[in-house]
Amino acid sequence: MFGILLAAGIILVIGILIMMFRLEVLVDIVKRKSGKPGHSNKINAFLFMAFGIVGVVWILWYSWAEFDRYNLPLASKHGAETDELFWITTAITGVVFIITNILLFYFSFKYQHQEGKRAKFYPHNNKLELIWTVLPAIALAVLISKGLIVWGDIMEKAPDDAEVIEVMGYQFAWDVRYPGKDNSFGDYDFRLIDGSNLFGLDLEDDNSYDDFSALEIHIPKGKTVLVNIRARDVLHSFYLPHFRVKMDAVPGMQTHFKFEATKTTAEMRAELNDPEFNYELACAEICGRGHFSMRKIVVVDELEDYEKWKAQQKAWLKLNPDYLSKVPAAKREAAIIKAGITKEELNASL
Amino acid sequence: MATAELKIASDTHHDEHDHEHHGNFWTNYVFSQDHKVIAKQFLITGIFWALIGGAMSVIFRLQLGFPNATVEWLKPLLGDWITADGKIDPEFYLALVTMHGTIMVFFVLTAGLSGTFSNYLIPLQIGARDMASGFMNMLSYWFFFVSSVIMFSSIFIETGPASGSWVIYPPLSALPQAMSGSGLGMTLWLASMALFIVSTLLGGINYITTVINMRTNGMSFSRLPLTIWAFFLTATIGLLSFPVLLSAALLLIFDRHFGTSFYLSEIYINGEALPNQGGSPILFQHLFWFLGHPEVYIVLLPALGITSEVISTNSRKPIFGYKAMIGSMIGISVLSFVVWAHHMFVTGMNPFLGSVFTLLTLVIAIPSAVKVFNYMTTLWGGNIKFTTGMLFSIGLVSFFISGGLTGLFVGNSAVDIQLHDTYFVVAHFHLVMGSATFFGLLAGVYHWFPKMFGRMMNEKLGYIHFWLSFAGVYLVFFPLHYIGIAGFPRRYYSFTNFNAFNDFTDLNMLVSIAAIITFGAQLIFVFNFFYSIFRGRLASLNPWGSNTLEWTTPRFPGHGNWPGEIPTVYRWPYDYSKPGAKEDFIMQNVPYSETPESNTPEENELIKLELSNDDLIIQAGEETPKKQNDQDNTQEHN
Ligand code: HEM
Ligand SMILES: [Cu+2]
Ligand SMILES: [Cu+2]
Repeated sequence: MFGILLAAGIILVIGILIMMFRLEVLVDIVKRKSGKPGHSNKINAFLFMAFGIVGVVWILWYSWAEFDRYNLPLASKHGAETDELFWITTAITGVVFIITNILLFYFSFKYQHQEGKRAKFYPHNNKLELIWTVLPAIALAVLISKGLIVWGDIMEKAPDDAEVIEVMGYQFAWDVRYPGKDNSFGDYDFRLIDGSNLFGLDLEDDNSYDDFSALEIHIPKGKTVLVNIRARDVLHSFYLPHFRVKMDAVPGMQTHFKFEATKTTAEMRAELNDPEFNYELACAEICGRGHFSMRKIVVVDELEDYEKWKAQQKAWLKLNPDYLSKVPAAKREAAIIKAGITKEELNASL
Repeated sequence: MATAELKIASDTHHDEHDHEHHGNFWTNYVFSQDHKVIAKQFLITGIFWALIGGAMSVIFRLQLGFPNATVEWLKPLLGDWITADGKIDPEFYLALVTMHGTIMVFFVLTAGLSGTFSNYLIPLQIGARDMASGFMNMLSYWFFFVSSVIMFSSIFIETGPASGSWVIYPPLSALPQAMSGSGLGMTLWLASMALFIVSTLLGGINYITTVINMRTNGMSFSRLPLTIWAFFLTATIGLLSFPVLLSAALLLIFDRHFGTSFYLSEIYINGEALPNQGGSPILFQHLFWFLGHPEVYIVLLPALGITSEVISTNSRKPIFGYKAMIGSMIGISVLSFVVWAHHMFVTGMNPFLGSVFTLLTLVIAIPSAVKVFNYMTTLWGGNIKFTTGMLFSIGLVSFFISGGLTGLFVGNSAVDIQLHDTYFVVAHFHLVMGSATFFGLLAGVYHWFPKMFGRMMNEKLGYIHFWLSFAGVYLVFFPLHYIGIAGFPRRYYSFTNFNAFNDFTDLNMLVSIAAIITFGAQLIFVFNFFYSIFRGRLASLNPWGSNTLEWTTPRFPGHGNWPGEIPTVYRWPYDYSKPGAKEDFIMQNVPYSETPESNTPEENELIKLELSNDDLIIQAGEETPKKQNDQDNTQEHN
């Protein structure tokens, strides 16, 4: 049934097109010598002007009225600078966008064909050309210099006292690792990865015993956070939209991004009047079937809450005591203490 | 070698220049070595691909615009790619996006555009009988054809076509276990692209050689139409950058099939640690974008060349700043090779490189701006005829402005951190590259259709096509800016998983509806195109009152293009509305000695040269009493 309707529709449309085609050819032959533009020239010229005006008004209106919808709330320090640069660029390009497009349409309208008129023979004007080479160059110089300064700041090495965390992307989720009380990450090796040891923790390294992982990424407000980014299988991209952070996760190569959060989750909830609000981590580099679902919640705490939260977390080894067998015998005792494994847990795992 | 062959060919066909070339169906229409036939083959294959690529975008726009609707009715077409609950399979979504991108960039806007217009216009506008090597030219099409067949067949295999996006970044594209499209589909993608590159190189060498060696008398580089300048530079860029993509693809093939580790290192996937170590996925990205960015201009420059010609003709004015136009095209061509890493600001590349590439990227905006201002000044003071070709050209300029300006956002590394891989980028490149170039292609078809097929396309249908497309494109791509500023990542099957991306269902719906209408409007074009080939009003010899040489050929130019001698060129191609002249155009083959009323003093000086030039031809003609061998003729003068 659907097929028949579709076929009928298509035949109808083609029929109409053929009719139009024929009619136009006939009218054309009767009414005017070829080459002389007729009535339609005026219509096209008018349509350009109308299109330009309606378009610009619509864009301005939408940009104004829906600002809160498309403007993503901001929660990082460097983000204020990149956003500022974004809006400076928007201001400059916005003005150019409107002026040039409107002029383009206006010229099309104003200089539409008129019988008996002759176009102006105006092949070049070096002064004009110089002006519009230099003007964009100046505008660009402003944008570039500001851009490079901001970029330099963002990409600068993180301060030594930065809070360091490690995030790893894999098909199709993220995992986070904290260095634990000793503040140093244990080594890892991709060959040690298995179903529980997602990070490939090297249990011969003392530093790994107190490393812990968490379901949600917690970070402190007002302190620089350095994220070491890894990937286990294919490319992913560590993307925190509210913090204006994005950096690819590359298998075989660690990447980094440092930033400072300026609003806790609670503060943002209050500001947006949305008790459900959560910061989110997304993946921004195509990585396969589940690319669109690589979500992880990010929680920003006040510094002291953050420290409290950290203190409550259990070391990975404590949660997976069977892996004690991978720890060299000589270090096992130290590992048990460092990971905070209790007697009962130890017995249960045996 | 090639020229020797051609000489023999033109010797044997001496007396046939006046009639149709004799041959059978196969040599005339299929394995033809005539540049005009090859151009049409490229064009029709390009139209076919554009419909496929466009239809794919409509299907994935359905998913994005109506995420809750079921598309059960596509089941007869897509089979198992529609899941049990009537949705598009997420992996198939990615396959569609990948194929759409690949098809549009390479098959439509590279082969379909350069293949059509470089082939068609270079010999006709420079005054040559054919391409330097007709045989290589034919090979170029047939490599493209085989490449097309392979790419097309990959859509129908069980594991699906390549799905890792058109940039095919490894490791995703290298590991069949990472997604099903990275299996046989990817192998076919690579095979197809390798052949495609061969096709592009064969074509490019031909375009370059022809432009350099086969210009007619008087056609100096400073008298070349801007179309030819654009095709020439495009071919040069292609020749320098496509081989790099080929090597990137070859290394990927090695990684996939022969256990090398160019791009692979420390990978654990599907419960297994792979043996590869020491490779770098970033290396691939550098190689890819070393082609990938110039590719943007390989796509765009021919479109800009076409619009220069169309806008000048239909404004009845010389193109403003001819030299500046050439200069900016050369500037763009050179700079296009040193900006590639602006696609890689946040890949973990050294941040210092990011600074360098920001600087170079924003510099390339200057020649682009010059071009826009020159187009606008060409319109200023004109006497504009809105042919359909003209409408599409003005549309191109508008898109080029709108999309070019957003380049200042994504080219600035600090701003790009947030915008990279969001819908903002999708909006940016669809306007500046996709739609602008697409409009350039359409402008070219409408403008040269009378030459290609000896008939006119229907103007009313053309107007409808234009206005639906123009409004449609803005409605599809402008809203994507807002969605991008709101942070929505691209290549997402759905946005329902994130609170941050849970808005804009209304805009997405609008975009999808506009996309369907825009696509529908292209069907009007397809009808107009094919129907006009057979039923269009017969075209006059120079329907637009244009100056260039192709309009001096007969209505149906035969093999060899001009029945008699090739016209000699005496002036630049943009003498429109010259003060004093009788008509508002003076063709390139009209000597200054015939236009005393409009000559400038310097041009009057040139008349003497013209006379001696004519003598030369007559003398040469006397030496060979038969018709002058044109090959010798052009070679003598270069
Ligand atoms: C009917 C017209 C078109 C529509 C509606 C359309 C729509 C889209 C959309 C929405 C995407 C992003 C999909 C995603 O990220 O999930 C996309 C990707 C893309 N489109 Fe188009 N497009 C159209 C025409 C074109 C043209 C003419 C070109 C030529 C340059 C083009 C080139 C691309 C490329 C290169 C991609 C990226 C593919 C990838 O991510 O691998 N498109 N298109
Ligand atoms: Cu992903
Ligand atoms: Cu680029």
